[in-house]
Amino acid sequence: MVGAGLFCIGLYMIVSKHNAIQILIGIELILNAAILNLVAFGKYDRINNGGQMFALFAIVLAAATTAVALAIILNVYKQYKTIDPGQVDNLKD
Amino acid sequence: MSLVQLLFYIMGFIALASALFVAGTKNVVRSIFMFFITLFALAGLYVLALADFVAITQVVIYVGGILVLILFAFMLSGKETLNIIAQQRKQFISLRRLPAFLLAALFFIVLVNMIAKADVNNLYWIKRAADLKNIIQPDAAMTENIGVNLMTNYLLPFEGISILLMVALIGAAHLSRKGRGQ
Repeated sequence: MVGAGLFCIGLYMIVSKHNAIQILIGIELILNAAILNLVAFGKYDRINNGGQMFALFAIVLAAATTAVALAIILNVYKQYKTIDPGQVDNLKD
Repeated sequence: MSLVQLLFYIMGFIALASALFVAGTKNVVRSIFMFFITLFALAGLYVLALADFVAITQVVIYVGGILVLILFAFMLSGKETLNIIAQQRKQFISLRRLPAFLLAALFFIVLVNMIAKADVNNLYWIKRAADLKNIIQPDAAMTENIGVNLMTNYLLPFEGISILLMVALIGAAHLSRKGRGQ
């Protein structure tokens, strides 16, 4: 029941991967879909809290990922004056 | 239909609709703010799944931290990028979107198939949990249990993730440092 709702979100976000910071938002949404599954099935683990615990870890991981990715995006913008990944095609100058 | 189910459907609909809007809109700022709504709806879904602590964490970290970061990065990366992106999207609208849409639709079909075949309510470990009364009841306060578990069973992943978070933040600060001696 819970699952059907969340997969739509994660999957339609793959559609959003065409440009820019939106790719990052798409990744966040996919992560959120996974976390929602963890939480939903974490209901069946009252003693060890496996699902909720790893949902927390996943949220923290997502935060770390976003911080680094945004720093990289800003740097890329400084170098190339664009944030379209299709145009960033060389590694060094 | 009970109230909880009704709330679940409302939250799910809000999350899905705003996520679709995020994917579909051309205005990046607007999509970021709709992402905000998606995250709140997801937090509501977590509450309905009886995970109140996770829901609070979601609001604090995602809405408070990540979204502000994304907004900052977007504002700092300037206005002209937005125009460039808009122009490109007009040119390549069919060329770029069709494969992505096909991929998403096919993957969605596969996942729905999987869910239909999995027969979620009869999985053996869920039945075992139900037999052992290992299901979270709606009136239980889970935050204390989570705290105790975090410091006993999950201490190693907890320390690992704290170190990883520190490394990531130092790395981000280093990457976004201005000048870099040039």
